[in-house]
Amino acid sequence: MEEKVKEIVQGYGGDKSYLVPVMQDVQKELGYLSKEALMAISANLGVPVSRVYEVATFYKAFSLKPKGRHHISLCMGTACHVRGAEFIAANITSMLGIRDGETTADLEYSFETVGCLGACALGPIVVVDGEYHGEMNIAKTTKLLKKLGKKV
Amino acid sequence: MTSKIKSFSELKQLQEKIKASRDPQKLRITICVGTGCLAHGAMNVADAFSEEIDRRGLSVKIDFRKTGCHGFCERGPMVIIAPENIFYQHVAVKDVGEIVEKTLLKGEIIDSLLYADPQTDEKYVREDEVPFYKRQTRTVFGMNSKVDPKNLEDYLAVDGYSALAKALAMKPAEIIREVVTANLRGRGGGGFPAGRKWEETSKAAGTPKYVICNADEGDPGAYMDRSLLEGNPHLVLEGMIIGAYAIGSNEGYIYVRNEYPLAVENINIAIKQAREAGFLGENILGSGFSFDIKVNRGGGAFVCGESSALFASLEGRAGEPRAKYVHATEKGLYDKPTNLNNVETWANVPFIINNGGDWYAGIGTDRSKGTKIFSLVGKINNTGLVEVPMGTKLREIVFDIGGGILNNRKFKAIQTGGPSGGCIPEEYLDMPVDYDELTKVGSMMGSGGMIVMDEGTCMVDLARYFTNFLANESCGKCVPCREGTQRMREILVDITEGKGREGDIELLESLAASIKDGALCALGTSAPNPVLSTIRYFRDEYEAHIKEKRCPAGVCKSLITYGVDSEKCTGCTLCAKVCPVGAATGEKKKAHKIDSDKCTRCGACRESCQFDAIIVR
Repeated sequence: MEEKVKEIVQGYGGDKSYLVPVMQDVQKELGYLSKEALMAISANLGVPVSRVYEVATFYKAFSLKPKGRHHISLCMGTACHVRGAEFIAANITSMLGIRDGETTADLEYSFETVGCLGACALGPIVVVDGEYHGEMNIAKTTKLLKKLGKKV
Repeated sequence: MTSKIKSFSELKQLQEKIKASRDPQKLRITICVGTGCLAHGAMNVADAFSEEIDRRGLSVKIDFRKTGCHGFCERGPMVIIAPENIFYQHVAVKDVGEIVEKTLLKGEIIDSLLYADPQTDEKYVREDEVPFYKRQTRTVFGMNSKVDPKNLEDYLAVDGYSALAKALAMKPAEIIREVVTANLRGRGGGGFPAGRKWEETSKAAGTPKYVICNADEGDPGAYMDRSLLEGNPHLVLEGMIIGAYAIGSNEGYIYVRNEYPLAVENINIAIKQAREAGFLGENILGSGFSFDIKVNRGGGAFVCGESSALFASLEGRAGEPRAKYVHATEKGLYDKPTNLNNVETWANVPFIINNGGDWYAGIGTDRSKGTKIFSLVGKINNTGLVEVPMGTKLREIVFDIGGGILNNRKFKAIQTGGPSGGCIPEEYLDMPVDYDELTKVGSMMGSGGMIVMDEGTCMVDLARYFTNFLANESCGKCVPCREGTQRMREILVDITEGKGREGDIELLESLAASIKDGALCALGTSAPNPVLSTIRYFRDEYEAHIKEKRCPAGVCKSLITYGVDSEKCTGCTLCAKVCPVGAATGEKKKAHKIDSDKCTRCGACRESCQFDAIIVR
């Protein structure tokens, strides 16, 4: 991990203003930002760990906890909202038994609602492991989760 | 790869060479692979075309181009076949063979893939005949369908970077004068005149000076900046380089949302190409002017679209705004003079330089010039991105271009300006859309999101939705915004849950006034807008929730019950199958029932019913 962080920091030339992108890359590599990862970023970039922690907790994109194997995000933009995204959110959370922003105990699924994904014409949008699914509804989401292996 | 272009005449030669090598009469397939169409499966269709063309050995005869967003996202994946510009929509992998066989080789039209007007069922063959496109003025956005965003030659073939060459031969002050004459106003929200900003930054003391492109398009419901950056990145770069030269800046940044992976990818490719070709870097086109751009990805915080929060984020800190007694044009990023404009604003610049400020000022209304891209979404037939001259009537946008309301339902309101904007009711449909008119009716231009709502949208729920969004996105630095938005959210949640009390509306109004007066940045001062505009135009709906404990639109879960219309129900059993709690029951071919004690109001039955037999009261 230490090596990976070093490599990422060097990729940005050790420039402190790249703290946010460095953290994004580290999170992409490790799945989340562990305490050790935060310390390593601080040491390699020469930024106080308090600042790294502040940034990690300020931006929604960062997670201090491990994420599930499957990552499900639901767009809650206005266009998706008026087309019933909240009904879908309720369906996903009840099927997975977790709340928005949580991960299942078996580390299989993480679910989060996000601000606009910018594909408003296709709302509501569900993104599963980076793949966009447009014009979703309750039934389609149920099917999607079942396909991922969720037993209901 | 293009080798370094060292002078204006070399650029001209290269453009002519590329144009001469291209036959405008040649068969060409253009497919949109913007984020919207990708979600429709456009990449599989594109791959199928490539394979089909190779398999038949047609690669010499037929050009194939993958482009960014064309705007008509509802109808993706979409394919345009030149030279006639035949427009096929909802194209699937299975259609590919037929399109090549019939349309490309025999010139036949495939009727089933044509666009049919949702109101009249009339079919259209050519792209420019389709009403959605025909009524637009696609000055800026229209280029998207002509260029592969990953191919610099495509951009040069449409005279790309000519504006830059022209600008570099002008004096910086002359360029600023053109932008001032054009009266180009910021497309990101504030509507501040870009020319004045440029002038102030150019005159400010201190070096280095920074030029920034704000691509942190956080307004839910707006995606024109993503589509421009993704679909025509060189246009945005060209605008920025011209701006940097006019202002006297050698360092630029693009701050782009991390939620837009394709935009990040395409802009990075474009920057690399621009460096290799000599549009970025040292001594641009032999002019002696040097400028380069770095790309920085955001961390998913709405407030970072605000200028001073964006600077904080670029400096590697938490994105909290500061009070702006001193303008960013004097002290912005790293306390140096900084000029920040939004993606769409930058994309307008090359057109102004090419055609002149007077030409630009001839489009639009008295105080709002040029065209504006709107994202027309929500409960509307033709969802997508539309570009129209400022001053176009709302009705024209919604009904003529947008094709009216989904499922022939009734128009209720249109929400513009994102979470800082407001809802505009039917009585203002004939209003011309520009910065000042929108502000007059209690909304704003914002970045150009237009979310259409029908009678099935609850305005109190919508106000709750926006307030919830803003309360979550409030950075927490100033009390009026941090506490105020949360208190407003609590009151609105109570109202939507049937716990509203007499006096809540007045309380909301008084809270809103305090937040407007006291908040530090634009996120806070505009946060009450969704609440105030819905109270202004839909007060009766608030009252129905509070006094009668009733949600007229049938949305607020605590105030509604689900039932079955026994006349319409055919007993198909679908609702019973999809009901997750067994509340919907009944025998086959007989009218079903819903047990409201068991019912969780999840909406699955209403969504699945083919006969419109689920009643919500």
